[in-house]
Amino acid sequence: MLDTALKVLGVLAAFLVLPLLVGQLEHKTMAHMQSRLGPMYAGGFHGWAQLVADGVKFVQKGEVVPAAVDRPVYRLAPAVALLPYLLVLVVVPVGAGRVASSLDLGLFFALAVTGIGVVGMLMAAWASANKYSLIGGLRGAAQLLAYELPLVLAAVSPAMAAGTLSLSGIVEAWKPWWLIWQAPAAVVFFIAGLAEIRRPPFDMPLAESELVFGYLTEYTGLRFALFILAEYAGIVVISALTTVLFLGGWRIPGLPDSLGPLWTLVKVGLLSFVVIWVRVSYPRLREDQLQRLAWLGLVPVALAQLVLTGVVAVAVA
Amino acid sequence: MNVPGSGLARGLAVTLRTMTRRAATRQYPDVPPDLPPRSRGVIALFEENCTVCMLCARECPDWCIYIDSHKETMPAREEGARARQRNVLDRFAIDFALCMYCGICIEACPFDALFWSPEFEYAEYDILELTHEKDRLREWMWTVPPPPAQDPLGEPAKEVLAAEKAAGKATDAPARPDRPARTERPVRTERPARTERPARVDSPARADRPTAADGAERPAKLDGPDRPAAPAVGAAEPVEPVEPGEPPAEPGGAGGGQ
Repeated sequence: MLDTALKVLGVLAAFLVLPLLVGQLEHKTMAHMQSRLGPMYAGGFHGWAQLVADGVKFVQKGEVVPAAVDRPVYRLAPAVALLPYLLVLVVVPVGAGRVASSLDLGLFFALAVTGIGVVGMLMAAWASANKYSLIGGLRGAAQLLAYELPLVLAAVSPAMAAGTLSLSGIVEAWKPWWLIWQAPAAVVFFIAGLAEIRRPPFDMPLAESELVFGYLTEYTGLRFALFILAEYAGIVVISALTTVLFLGGWRIPGLPDSLGPLWTLVKVGLLSFVVIWVRVSYPRLREDQLQRLAWLGLVPVALAQLVLTGVVAVAVA
Repeated sequence: MNVPGSGLARGLAVTLRTMTRRAATRQYPDVPPDLPPRSRGVIALFEENCTVCMLCARECPDWCIYIDSHKETMPAREEGARARQRNVLDRFAIDFALCMYCGICIEACPFDALFWSPEFEYAEYDILELTHEKDRLREWMWTVPPPPAQDPLGEPAKEVLAAEKAAGKATDAPARPDRPARTERPVRTERPARTERPARVDSPARADRPTAADGAERPAKLDGPDRPAAPAVGAAEPVEPVEPGEPPAEPGGAGGGQ
């Protein structure tokens, strides 16, 4: 019982702290990549408390609910967008045997729950009764349909290689040469994951230069903050899943597994940096480019990777 | 170059390279800005040089300079001479809410009473506060930087030429082309080619105003209260010229108006 409580607390702490760290990393990284300094005042030292200050600001803001919104759905949407990422963290192993809930179907669970986050976005878009929100929601739905497929196909590849759907099992079966063998799947998974959490350059559902702020147009205050938190939690989740599936999770050859959580955190941090790096470097894709990339680029690569994985797995066996 | 994705990789390289370099941000309120020389921040008034000629107010395109004055009768300088009148400045104000920082007033001022100061932090909450009266304009005077050094290859300031010309008249030097008195000056010997040149007489009207014209003396270099009392008042009257070439040692010597 105590063990369970501790695990839940650990997951909750990671869920609340890691997105803030990623957000701060984004603030500073993006600033320096643009030859700026970013936040420098909040907290005194290089603006370390900027996101805390932002959170306080969001809480203080008034909650403006337009008259025409579908109230229950509108109010529920941020929770639906945020909670799936908390649930995914439950099954992500951070070390040998260190996982809040070891599911045999961990990968299946993670992918299924990640998809729910998109429902929160659709709820927000529809319930807002705003045309920009609706267009954003439609774009989000199209994006979900296009990218869920390569995401799942790419995730299947390491599961096939390892012969298990358990995330811990995949990490235990992982070998360094998989880095090359599974590289196409890793790239596809990462790109599709970026699209899944609607990060730039795949942020067409938000597209603040075209759609005001897409499905977040009518949101203010705390609920808006929850959506933003969901975005950063999504970065953590996608980075963590990529780490576990393709980068060996808590294992680094030559280094002790006892420090597993540290290696996991390092890998997640590096991948989060890449997410931010890509965001800074590339402009937003056009809607047709988005679909073209998914159907003509990622899906064929993911399918080819499946064939390769199957052939090599049989050959090795 | 034509490898697919090379453009994407270059984009990543650009951002990564930028991240490793120093940010271009100037942390202005914490660190004072690095202003270029002769920045146009605010206009300063050196009151003693003002003769209330109103040229600045007339030339101002925005009509943002307000000048009030009255006349005072000066006691006669010599026995039997006529009493003179002079203008005394009562009010000199620049409305910086209207000013467009063209600097025409500074160019127009014939008596070096207006200067550019690089100070720029005088924002106000009330637009009326932006009208700086002469006390405030005088405070800016102490922030005026010294003028840039004379370019050694450039032609000498016309004030210097005018002073030299006046000096040449006074000492009655008939040998205009070579002017032996000039060649003894160290400044001139650096440029012997110049000594052959006849003095430029492009501003004859100024030749009789050596006091306002001695370019070596700048008000900014002096401390406020110890300034010479109204040197420009006497500048309007013809006085005996100062020593050619070398500026007067004591500031009061330039006045000649007492």
